[in-house]
Amino acid sequence: MAAGVAAWLPFARAAAIGWMPVANLPMPVAPTNKNKHQDEIIILNVSGRRFQTWRNTLDRYPDTLLGSSEKEFFFNEETREYFFDRDPDLFRSILNFYRTGKLHYPRYECISAYDEELAFFGIIPEIISDCCYEEYKDRKRENIERLMDDLEDNKDSKLPNMTFRETMWRAFENPHTSTMALVFYYVTGFFIAISVLTNVVETVPCSYMPNQRDIPCGERYTEAFFCMDTACVMIFTVEYLMRLFAAPSRYRFMRSVMSIIDVVAILPYYIGLVMTNNEDVSGAFVTLRVFRVFRIFKFSRHSQGLRILGYTLKSCASELGFLLFSLTMAIIIFATVMFYAEKGSSSSKFTSIPASFWYTIVTMTTLGYGDMVPKTIAGKIFGSICSLSGVLVIALPVPVIVSNFSRIYHQNQRADKRRAQKVQKAKLARMRISKNGSSSAFLHSKRNGLNQSLELTGSLEEDQHLKKTTSLLESQHHHLLHCLEKTTNHEFVDERLYEQGYLQTALQNFPSQSPSLSSEEGITGTCCSRRTKKNIPPLSATNTHSHTHNLQELSALHIQCGEQHPLNTSRSSLNLMSDESGSLNCKSSGLVTTAIISIPTPPSNNSRANPDAPPPANPDAPPLPNPGTDVVRISAL
Amino acid sequence: MDHRQCGAPRLKCADSDLELAMVRHQPEGLEQLQAQTKFTRKELQSLYRGFKNECPSGLVDEETFKSIYSQFFPQGDATTYAHFLFNAFDMDRNGSIRFEDFVIGLSVLLRGSVTEKLRWAFNLYDINKDGYITKEEMLAIMKSIYDMMGRYTFPCVKDNAAFEHVEKFFQKMDRNRDGVVTIDEFIETCQKDENIMSSMQLFENVI
Repeated sequence: MAAGVAAWLPFARAAAIGWMPVANLPMPVAPTNKNKHQDEIIILNVSGRRFQTWRNTLDRYPDTLLGSSEKEFFFNEETREYFFDRDPDLFRSILNFYRTGKLHYPRYECISAYDEELAFFGIIPEIISDCCYEEYKDRKRENIERLMDDLEDNKDSKLPNMTFRETMWRAFENPHTSTMALVFYYVTGFFIAISVLTNVVETVPCSYMPNQRDIPCGERYTEAFFCMDTACVMIFTVEYLMRLFAAPSRYRFMRSVMSIIDVVAILPYYIGLVMTNNEDVSGAFVTLRVFRVFRIFKFSRHSQGLRILGYTLKSCASELGFLLFSLTMAIIIFATVMFYAEKGSSSSKFTSIPASFWYTIVTMTTLGYGDMVPKTIAGKIFGSICSLSGVLVIALPVPVIVSNFSRIYHQNQRADKRRAQKVQKAKLARMRISKNGSSSAFLHSKRNGLNQSLELTGSLEEDQHLKKTTSLLESQHHHLLHCLEKTTNHEFVDERLYEQGYLQTALQNFPSQSPSLSSEEGITGTCCSRRTKKNIPPLSATNTHSHTHNLQELSALHIQCGEQHPLNTSRSSLNLMSDESGSLNCKSSGLVTTAIISIPTPPSNNSRANPDAPPPANPDAPPLPNPGTDVVRISAL
Repeated sequence: MDHRQCGAPRLKCADSDLELAMVRHQPEGLEQLQAQTKFTRKELQSLYRGFKNECPSGLVDEETFKSIYSQFFPQGDATTYAHFLFNAFDMDRNGSIRFEDFVIGLSVLLRGSVTEKLRWAFNLYDINKDGYITKEEMLAIMKSIYDMMGRYTFPCVKDNAAFEHVEKFFQKMDRNRDGVVTIDEFIETCQKDENIMSSMQLFENVI
């Protein structure tokens, strides 16, 4: 219950007089306000700054320091005030919480100082109101991350009991940890460079003899290049296997991008070894060598910037996609236009629309090779429009990509996603907690109260104990709820007890008669169809051998009511036998949840089983829907 | 009773929401309220402080009223009953409760005579204020009371629980069996019932 509405509790209790004439039972006794004194102003001296407030204001939250008797420890007898040696600026927000019921987080304050004050005064941070909650959570997360970063830097010092495998993994991930790791890092980097260089030089033509045609060096010095390639691939293979061995989760390692690059880099070599010198496959073999260039991506382990670039491209996938899409649209449009514009001219290079694609791309990216140029006037006009618009279309998404890059660099994107997911969930959770809190407080006190009332003599200590556990406000609120219970002659229970009680009544009413009749009487249980209008399965039960605990796993049965009218005659005798506590009322909405049903065997040859037994004495009951539509649908919770 | 409208230079908009937000209401003086109600000065002061805390504009509209009242009944749905209560308090039916309405209603409930309290209850049940409680009106009230219980009750609230309760009520109250309960029948029957009489005194010392 929020503090603000605590002031309206007297009104709510007074309005309860509206229930009195309709109640059938006598009302419980109201809690008396024994120490009924006029509301007084108390002085809170926080490091010299004096705050004054009503005593009632502080009493609204009895489980905090200021609302309970804990503040008596800070009472100064001479000055008749409560003295706290804490920060007065932060105390402002805390006192405002009592006054308004909302806890705000001042933005200029340090988050850990604020947390400490809240902890001192016994206020949980989860009740910070929505306006300040996100800010609070953000700052808190930043703080925790900063602390974790500091921790990780310290963690680089070697832990005593690390297995060889863990040492190796750490060496691979952070080359600065040991000299060996650094050596390994540089050696692999060197070999990557060598390998890439080899692939490049392989294709450079070196003349065999001055007057012969040029052949690539790769074909001239075949063995040398082959040895070089073998050496590099061996190093890479050894490195990959070592990483695989050292990885804490091999499956995850194998799925990671870097390991895939590694595999792709060394695979062509092995495939080339395995393949025979067949003429057909040698063409494919040649193309495989292209994949050797992927070795250059292995550098991304050595360079942070490369990795960030990769992340940027991944994260800007939508912007890149938009760029691609708009370019494609523009290309198709302009290519079509140019094709039809140039169709008339002779010896035109624009032989088809796909052929015009090349012209459009070259023009839009302002390359302008000049191998295809329009000759007609219309073609030239459209060509100029094409080049002008190309500049615009390409320039648009670029700033977005750039800003994304800088954003990732500050690691904002990950925090955004985390924040977005958790804020909504946390908000719902908080609402649920506050709602459950007040209702569970009442049920808890009811259980306690029941225990107390069983004893005939209430001694003074028990009274005091009771008063200590529930403040006057709470006891008045509970009395109000108690009156409502007496008015309606029903009791509040919590969810668990409700389902237990439900099943018990259901099990009790389950008959032990012949199976042919069991379909009718089997439907027992009370009906709360009023609440099922939203088609939720509120309750669950299986067949008779259900366990009362662990109700969550039972499946719910939905039964659509069958329509009453003329079928009464044939089965009226069966219908009338169900007692009223087991009778089922169905609203015309049609959907009813029941507790137990055995296989509905129709007692007569009428194949339609009508499992319902509406009370015949109630002429005003709405007619039930058609039994032909009745179906036992079992759905899991 | 007249009240002062604050803020003359403010625009008077036709939109009712805007009106409520821009119109502020200051209650009559303390002495006048003391004369009209049975509360002491200090009690009025503390009542007003609580009232003003929740409704700084000085007026409670129905939505605010419903949300305040619902907070006392976390397990059920108190909005329907709050609607009826609102109509019972809003005596001039202008869609908002002022502090004077609030305090006068409370004065009847807490400090009034038994007859006055019963009259107030009758007024609550008589939804269309025609002087007769019909079965439909009573059924609506009863359903709203049962709604406040929520789903998790023991024993489970059946569909016809409200209806049966209304039947019992009418059997008790409707003397001449004409299907409606008049104010005299109501007061007469309640005065004869011990339970009701004792429960009327229950909230004497609420303030």
